[in-house]
Amino acid sequence: MQRKIAFTVNQQQVEMVVDPFERLIDVLRERLDLTGTKEGCGGGECGACTVLLDGESVNSCLVLAVEIDGKAVRTVEGLSHYLELDELQQAFVNEGAIQCGFCTPGMLMSARALLDKNSEPTVADIREAISGNLCRCTGYERIVVAVSKAARPASALT
Amino acid sequence: MEKTVVGKSYPRLDGPAKALGAAKYVADLKMPNMLYVKVLRSPHPHARIVRIDSSKAAALPGVRAVLSGQDCQAMLGLYLIDRPIFAIDKVRFVGEPVAAVAATSLRLAAQALALIAVEYELLPPVLDLATALAKDAPLVHEKLHEYAHIHNVFFPVPHTNISNHSKIRKGDVNLGFSQSDYVYEATYRVPQMQHVPIEAHGAVAQMDMTGKVTIWSGCQSPNAVRKLAAVAFNLPEGRIRVITPQVGGGFGGKAGIGIEGMVMALAMRVAPYPVRLILEREEVFCGTAVRQGLQATIKTGYTKEGRLLAQEADLIWDGGAYTEYGVNIVRAAAYSSAGPYDIAHLKTDSYCVYTNTPVGGPFRGFGMGELHWALEQQIDAIAAKLGMDPVAIRLQNAVCDGSTNATGEVLVGVGLSKCIEGAARLIGMDATPSERKPNHGKGLACMVKGPSTPGTAASSAFIKINEDGSINVTISSAEIGQGMQTVMAQIAAEELGLSMEMVHINTPDTDYSPYEWQTVASRITYSTGNAVQRAAREARGKLLAMASEKLESPPESLTIVRGVITRRDGIGPATSIKELALGLSLPTGAGRGGPVMGTGYFIPDGIHGMDPETGQTPKVTSHWTFGAQAAEVAVDIETGKVNVLRVSAVYDTGFVLNPLLALGQVEGGIMQGLSVALYEELQLSQGQVKNQSFVDYKIATAAELPEMLVGFVETPLDDGPYGARGFGEHTMVPTAPAIANAIFNAVGVRIVDLPITPEKVLAALRAKPK
Ligand code: FES
Ligand code: FES
Repeated sequence: MQRKIAFTVNQQQVEMVVDPFERLIDVLRERLDLTGTKEGCGGGECGACTVLLDGESVNSCLVLAVEIDGKAVRTVEGLSHYLELDELQQAFVNEGAIQCGFCTPGMLMSARALLDKNSEPTVADIREAISGNLCRCTGYERIVVAVSKAARPASALT
Repeated sequence: MEKTVVGKSYPRLDGPAKALGAAKYVADLKMPNMLYVKVLRSPHPHARIVRIDSSKAAALPGVRAVLSGQDCQAMLGLYLIDRPIFAIDKVRFVGEPVAAVAATSLRLAAQALALIAVEYELLPPVLDLATALAKDAPLVHEKLHEYAHIHNVFFPVPHTNISNHSKIRKGDVNLGFSQSDYVYEATYRVPQMQHVPIEAHGAVAQMDMTGKVTIWSGCQSPNAVRKLAAVAFNLPEGRIRVITPQVGGGFGGKAGIGIEGMVMALAMRVAPYPVRLILEREEVFCGTAVRQGLQATIKTGYTKEGRLLAQEADLIWDGGAYTEYGVNIVRAAAYSSAGPYDIAHLKTDSYCVYTNTPVGGPFRGFGMGELHWALEQQIDAIAAKLGMDPVAIRLQNAVCDGSTNATGEVLVGVGLSKCIEGAARLIGMDATPSERKPNHGKGLACMVKGPSTPGTAASSAFIKINEDGSINVTISSAEIGQGMQTVMAQIAAEELGLSMEMVHINTPDTDYSPYEWQTVASRITYSTGNAVQRAAREARGKLLAMASEKLESPPESLTIVRGVITRRDGIGPATSIKELALGLSLPTGAGRGGPVMGTGYFIPDGIHGMDPETGQTPKVTSHWTFGAQAAEVAVDIETGKVNVLRVSAVYDTGFVLNPLLALGQVEGGIMQGLSVALYEELQLSQGQVKNQSFVDYKIATAAELPEMLVGFVETPLDDGPYGARGFGEHTMVPTAPAIANAIFNAVGVRIVDLPITPEKVLAALRAKPK
């Protein structure tokens, strides 16, 4: 049975009618054309589709559209301030944390969820936070470095 | 001249778009009235197709086309044309496309698939190498002898399952063994495995009402897709346009041509509507090319001082159901079969073998990861038998300037020994045994690889100058994550005296960007880099000619710094690239010259075919790149679990064009190598892939990250841009054998079959004599 839902995406109010088995990732990518969120497996195994749901990181391929009624969704498009990268995105670029970039949106959202809760994560915390996000290119090291740098910008390090 | 842009760590140009979620991949493209494709795949490893009835599927409202081998007889192949787009007459592996549906929604396409009735008659399957090579084995391809292939380069054996037999005969191997004090023989195995790029394979195709076809493909090789599609569909290349957006990882799995044939065949049925196919993850595992399996038996003769004198190698490759690309991996392994060592007497037989298993194809390293798994354990085992230091035995046998390789080529510019010493030093290979913790060990492995391309593999580049003094560098190599775009921009900026912000670079569109053979073989920095350098130099020449007239000073006296053109001595007036971009304006109000463009092309000089009987040749590939890695492991002797603590890596890349991106290539390669070493294997049961998900097919995560220590050696390559060599694939080649050697060092057992699972380690520990 179709159902009408209301939620926010990157702080914008959205209302739509969804099918019972429609997934959050399809709402974002197909209905709202927010294609920054990627699909790598469709089975909750790769983390490429990670978004924040009321601040918690979730695999959007495993969340049904009906479940987001009344909730706040944040996607990679919602990280930047207009066209300007936020400090986490900038750290990913500067530290070489991006190669093919297909895992990047999901990585960023997992890292964002971590930093929002823990502004001074250890390397172990960072590894743990991104261990559900597969990356076949970078070897993860630059990503861990980028998240550390974003947590403690250069001024705090020196 | 001092370099200002190359050699510096610029963050990647495509970084911001990727971090913003703005970068477009093929699955992000959406077109009006787009149709969605689903593929019906074979459930059997080997069966005759008796009948296909798709009438019910075709009648379903919303279904626009159903195609199978009955309607589409087109064949594909890079080196040997053996692969149909849809199975014709029989299926040869579980997962082979039998039919495909294009419909107005994915759900409808899936419904239609279920309505296609296929009647099969089962044939005896060839599921392993022993069966394939047995006398009177069932043939996977009965018509192998009729297949078109490149003659005198590949050698199919008619009426067998061997689609290529490449040979090396160097020196006199019997003499070499008779001169040896000892002979050691062992067999090593590598299973088939998947590349698993995080972006699944995808393509969109559309034919317009004039018959022109456009394909948007997340592929490594737009020109190869165009060429192979042109042959398959008997269309001129100019009537096919291939556009490649950002690609979410390749590793060889998106080289050559893949699903584009199916999508194009459907698009040609439903013109003018676009059709789209994005594979499910399960289909990536069973339906796309995998790394070929290898069984390598190596027999080595050596002196009591540890000098290798003779080697006999039997390399038997599991090429899977189709080997249109794989035959060349088998050839590359033959001509690289001495590995990084100077061995006087060699006999190598490398066989590409058909089986009824997933299609083998190129994988990062193009056979070198598999080959070095064997060679680098073999020399380690020999060192142990002689009680020699594993670093010393490698340095003693390592090729150096003046050595000959397997093909008899005399090598120059070899920095291998420095790589071995560097990797050993970074990890502390020489630490005294007393410092060792129990069940901890260190091991080293080295490697060599050259680009395994035809001698004619070409690159080209085109540079135009914009009104604002910025430039567009136009090439057709694909950005698959390797950072190629950034490095090409650096080369252009360096040559034209521009800052990096003034360089724009495109993703390929074969209608507008010039020819590139393929984005494979670690060849883009080298080959496309040379083309870009030449294009930039041509544009610079034109700019300086106009500036010379304007500044009344000879071109040789001028220089360009950050877009400003002055005399080198700084005397006199200045002009700029921006001022000259559209031509020279004279004080009289007239103009001269015109908008500045530069073009450049490159084909490596003097590549020479191999002698069919001996494999000997003066130059089989454009250049060689060497490297070494060492690993430190801790083995849990209760569980057999191996913990990789540290990995060092040193590569001779000729010249490091971008240290930040180079580091990323090495770290990424190490992690992929670690993953291959410990986890990865396509588990097949009756030819069916059993582990078709990331849960069942584990790849390394951030949780397993070792400490990584990376160094570079820079022995310039004569014809490399600024001396640079290719090295993107090389970075994962020695990781697995280095880990295996470290395990041997730690607990005295040698695991010869990949992957190194806890079960294998435990079994070996139990079997070890106390
Ligand atoms: S696409 Fe959702 S976890 Fe892989
Ligand atoms: S950058 Fe390619 S998967 Fe992470």
